[in-house]
Amino acid sequence: MSITVIFINLFALFCLVFAMIKDRAKAKQALIVGLKSFVQILPTVLLIVVIIGLFLAFAPPARVAQFMGKQAGLAGILVISVVGAVLHIPALTSFPLAASLLQKGASVAAVAAFITTLTMVGMVTLPLEIKELGIKLTLLRNVLSFVIAILIALLMGVIL
Amino acid sequence: MKNEKTKKGLWKSWALLAGVLLIAAVLLLIFPDRQTAARNTIWQYFREMIAILPAVMVLMGLFSVFVTKEQVVRYLGKASGIKGLLIAILLGSLPTGPLYVAFPLAAVLLKKGARISSIVIFLSAWACIKIPQELVELQFLGLEFMALRLILTIVFVILMGVSVEKLMTLGGRGKTGGTRGGGQHELESI
Repeated sequence: MSITVIFINLFALFCLVFAMIKDRAKAKQALIVGLKSFVQILPTVLLIVVIIGLFLAFAPPARVAQFMGKQAGLAGILVISVVGAVLHIPALTSFPLAASLLQKGASVAAVAAFITTLTMVGMVTLPLEIKELGIKLTLLRNVLSFVIAILIALLMGVIL
Repeated sequence: MKNEKTKKGLWKSWALLAGVLLIAAVLLLIFPDRQTAARNTIWQYFREMIAILPAVMVLMGLFSVFVTKEQVVRYLGKASGIKGLLIAILLGSLPTGPLYVAFPLAAVLLKKGARISSIVIFLSAWACIKIPQELVELQFLGLEFMALRLILTIVFVILMGVSVEKLMTLGGRGKTGGTRGGGQHELESI
C-alpha cells in the first residue's frame, strides 16, 4: 500500500472523527450522502477502468505519442483541450484516464490541458450556465478558462 | 421525481458498463494475446481506485453536509478585496457536486451584489480545486504534477476572475443580465 493511499484514508478518517465529535447526527448524515455518491459513481468508475484497460492493451504507443506526445506540440495540446471541453465525465474519473494517457506516451502538457478543460469548460452544461448567469459572463468564463488551461499546460510542460 | 431520475441515470450507467464489458470480452476473444495486458491494467487501476474511493466519498459527504449553500452565499456575498478572492477559492474548494450545481448558487450571489471576480473564482475553484478531487489527482498523477497544477490553477484563476470583471464592467452596466429568470426561486429559498 502506498503512502498516498494511507495519507488519503487517514485524512478522511481524521475528518470523520472530528465531525463525529462536533455533531454526531450530521456526521451520520454525511456518511449516508457519501455512501449514496459511492453507489452512484461506482458504475462510471468501473466503466473508465475497463476502458483504460482496453486502451492500454490495444492503443499503439507510437500513435498516442504522435497525437498527444511532445512532438505533437501545440496542435496536440489544442486538440486534447477541445476533447476535454466536450467530454462530460465525472472529474474523479479523469485522473486515472490521464494517468493511462501519460503511461502510453502522452506529454505532461497534453494531459494537464485535458484535465483542466475537462473540469473547467463545460460544453454540455453551457445552456444551463447561460440561463443562470447570462450569455456574456458564460462565454467570457468558458473562453478564458480554455485559454488559461492551455497556458497552465504549457507551463507544466516546461517545468516538469 | 428527482429520485426517479437519478435511479434511471444509475441504470443507464450500469447498462453502459455491461455494454463496454461485452465489447471488451469480444475484443479480447479475437485478440487473445492482449488478454494478460488488459487484465493486468484493469486490475491495477481498479485496486488503485478502490483503495481511495470510499475515503474520497466520505470527505465529499462531510463537506456537503457541514458546508451548506446558505453559508457559502453568506460568506461570499460580503467578501471583498484580496481576502474576498481567497475566501472565494476556499469556499469553492470545499463543497461538492458537479459544476452545474454551482450555477444557480452563483446566480443568487450575483443578484445579492457579490463581485463578479469572486463569483468567477468561486466557480473555477468549484470546478477544479476541490479537495477530494485533488486527492484523486495525487493518487494517480503524483505529488509534483498535482501540486504544480494546483498552484498554477490558483494563480491563473485569480487573474481570470479579475479580467472577467474588468471586461464585464467595460461593456456597460448589464452585469446581472441573464439572472433575472434563472435565480429567482433559489433566491427566495435562501
